[in-house]
Amino acid sequence: MYNSIVLVKQVPDTSNISGKVMKDDGTVNRALLPAIFNHEDKSALELALQIKERFGGKVTVVTMGPLRASDILRESLFMGADEAYLISDRKFAGADTLATSYVLSEAIKKIGSFDFVFAGRQAIDGDTAQVGPQTAEKLNMPQITYAEEIIDIKENKVTVKHKIDGGHEILEAQLPVLITVLKDAVEPRPFSAKRVMAYKNASSLVELEKLAEGNSLLYVDKLVDEYTSRNLFIPTITTDEMTVDLERIGIKGSPTKVYKVESVVLGGGNHVNIEPTKAGIGSLIDQLMIDHIFG
Amino acid sequence: MPNYFLDNRDIKFHFENLHIKEIVDIAENNYEDSKLYNYAPINYEDAMENYRKVLEVIGDLAGNHMADRAADVDLEGAHLIDGKVQYAKGTQENLKELSQADLMGLILPHKYGGLNFPFSIYVMAIEIVARADASLMNIFGLQDIADSIKKFGTEEQREKYLPKFCSGEHTGAMALTEPDAGSDLQAVKLHAYQNAEGKWFLKGCKRFITNGNGDVLLVLARSEAGTKDGRGLSMFVCYGDKTVKVRRIENKLGIHGSPTCELQFNDTPAELVGQRKYGLIKYVLDLMFRARMGVSAQALGISQAAYEEALKYAREREQFGKAIIDIPVVANMLIDMRVMLESNRSLFYAAAKSVDVKEKLEEQIEKFKQEGKPAGELTAKLKHASKIANLLTPFAKYVLTEGANKVTYDAIQIHGGTGYMKEFKVERLARDARITNIYEGTSQLQIVASYGGVVNDVLGSEFDKYEKKEYKGGLNKLADILKEIRVIFKDCLKYVMDKKDANFQDVAAKDLVELYSYLVIGYLLLEESEKEQTKVFVANRYVLNSLANARRNAENIKSEIFSDLIHAEKIL
Repeated sequence: MYNSIVLVKQVPDTSNISGKVMKDDGTVNRALLPAIFNHEDKSALELALQIKERFGGKVTVVTMGPLRASDILRESLFMGADEAYLISDRKFAGADTLATSYVLSEAIKKIGSFDFVFAGRQAIDGDTAQVGPQTAEKLNMPQITYAEEIIDIKENKVTVKHKIDGGHEILEAQLPVLITVLKDAVEPRPFSAKRVMAYKNASSLVELEKLAEGNSLLYVDKLVDEYTSRNLFIPTITTDEMTVDLERIGIKGSPTKVYKVESVVLGGGNHVNIEPTKAGIGSLIDQLMIDHIFG
Repeated sequence: MPNYFLDNRDIKFHFENLHIKEIVDIAENNYEDSKLYNYAPINYEDAMENYRKVLEVIGDLAGNHMADRAADVDLEGAHLIDGKVQYAKGTQENLKELSQADLMGLILPHKYGGLNFPFSIYVMAIEIVARADASLMNIFGLQDIADSIKKFGTEEQREKYLPKFCSGEHTGAMALTEPDAGSDLQAVKLHAYQNAEGKWFLKGCKRFITNGNGDVLLVLARSEAGTKDGRGLSMFVCYGDKTVKVRRIENKLGIHGSPTCELQFNDTPAELVGQRKYGLIKYVLDLMFRARMGVSAQALGISQAAYEEALKYAREREQFGKAIIDIPVVANMLIDMRVMLESNRSLFYAAAKSVDVKEKLEEQIEKFKQEGKPAGELTAKLKHASKIANLLTPFAKYVLTEGANKVTYDAIQIHGGTGYMKEFKVERLARDARITNIYEGTSQLQIVASYGGVVNDVLGSEFDKYEKKEYKGGLNKLADILKEIRVIFKDCLKYVMDKKDANFQDVAAKDLVELYSYLVIGYLLLEESEKEQTKVFVANRYVLNSLANARRNAENIKSEIFSDLIHAEKIL
């Protein structure tokens, strides 16, 4: 039996960027982009689910993000996760990777014991690939990044194939371990129809408050009880639920300052006319060699 | 990220307008199952939400995975290697995902691991899958085999076979056709015999068996030695074990992903399903009834795909300095395709609902009988519902599968020479469509199957109601045209009946059936036009076209163009 915690993130679907989405200052207008489950995090979840199937145990999914991030928690339940936590608080806003990994590590400590922490290698919005490694550091545990395959788990040790420049490496690590996963490591399973039907109404506290609309707080409590009893309540962890140093979270705890974002437009330069003759092609090859495009 | 449910406005329209509360209430046993299964719905709204969400899952798999694999599946096809059938790689991946997603037991009861969905939703799923890969429908759409075991088998058989269908571990096949028993299944010869202990065994050959390599086979066999007709046939279930040899798989024009097998049964142990001698006259008819709807859904999915390809191409392809969609002739063809697609879909979901109504009534009557309650009122209802379903299903098969051939033909035409090339999807779609109006009963047989209902005018009282109705604005004009078509129909019917010539009736049946179909579809479209603005365009073109077609049908009948049949020998 091995318990896994999977860190997932909701990201803007950057594969659908069009002119309107990019603001004049080069930043992305997230409101215009559909929010999706970060692909590599889905692969991370798939690996955790496969471990559960092979060895037993529990898979817990955690996301830190705005309230609408419950969408990907529900999707995780549709795939097979046993439980899901939303880490959300206005005080977390503006967090860079340092502040994020601090909050995640504290939340993980609170959630309970585990053998694996899985995360995607990186999120498609920031492409930093830092949150996984930093979280491992803060939890003082070994880490394996860029995992391609879990080869075996035996006697509290895991053997993992991970990608390095120009090839791969086989590593062994003591559990508990944090592993970041590449998209191609594994094909995430589709949603299970039965789980979709069972968990389609899974809701966080804020979602239940919305459902209750103008009704009294007592009614919200009743809903929480009802949803909890039907296994449909997604707990939210805020700064009230865990002890965090307020100086280390959110924008305050984030040393990374974005100096400037530029919208880079890649365009063609001048034309060069090459005659379709032997000499013309010869000169083209020479030029490409000089530019280090060839050779 | 195309989702073949969410991106299809028309299929969503039909989903929203299914109105199947009565059916779902019965199917879900008034939602008692929700106490036992956390995924069973708690009320009708919850059930519809379940269906919607699951159709979204199917739409996602179809649009993002199956469609991408379809070209390779077509190229690779299924193979017979060392006596074993191997699906194309893409087919294997598709089946794995469908199983992982719990979609292989859509219509089977919760109790056996199924989703307990109504038939209408199941065929909607088939349409979505077929749009991505028509050949996959031939495996995904064989869930009816398990449904037959559910309906006619014993509880022991249900427990033995159904759970593995639901989990996707087993696929099935229905082994009916033989070299000398195609359209005429009464001629089935495959021998079923009992040993001294009363155990059944099967011996003989079956041909053209879709997915004949399936793990569980429903086999129509002659259990009554010495008989020659349909009353000597019974239905059996057996495993496709080592006694069942796949002798060859066919090399076909289309649906390459679906293996079409020739099977040899060598004293295969089997179990009788239901009662002896009822194999053809009851169980196969029921099975075919549903299988025909599966094929209609396949035809509809292919039509949708062909239309989408043609539309996309027409928007992108430039000739004479403009996109070809801006050439009126091309736009006109596309509108014709769209109108055919939508009008066929209207007929299809009306037929699907009629099957649901009929089957749920049957289930309820069965339940009443067991509880000793009087079911007289329900029986009368069932009689009417059966008549409608018996008309609409062969109707749908005829209209939709012929339609798929027409739409794919036109889709190639819009592509021009490009469409004839393998690089584009439409040539595959045309090849795949070609089987739909042949298997599970040819179009000619669907006309025969519809004919009784048409002659007896089983929807007459419905049409009377529609004729009295006041439609909004321009729709009244269309309603008047439908009245005119009805007059033409009645007139033609009388003409054919008065002749009292069986041969004449035989050939005139096609025109009569078509005439009746204009009324059925025409009124469906008028009703839909009241709910949805864009349907007015569809109704308008459909009804105006139908009037022209109706006049031609009448001309065919009255000019006695068929009178030269008696000289067939000389002419041919």
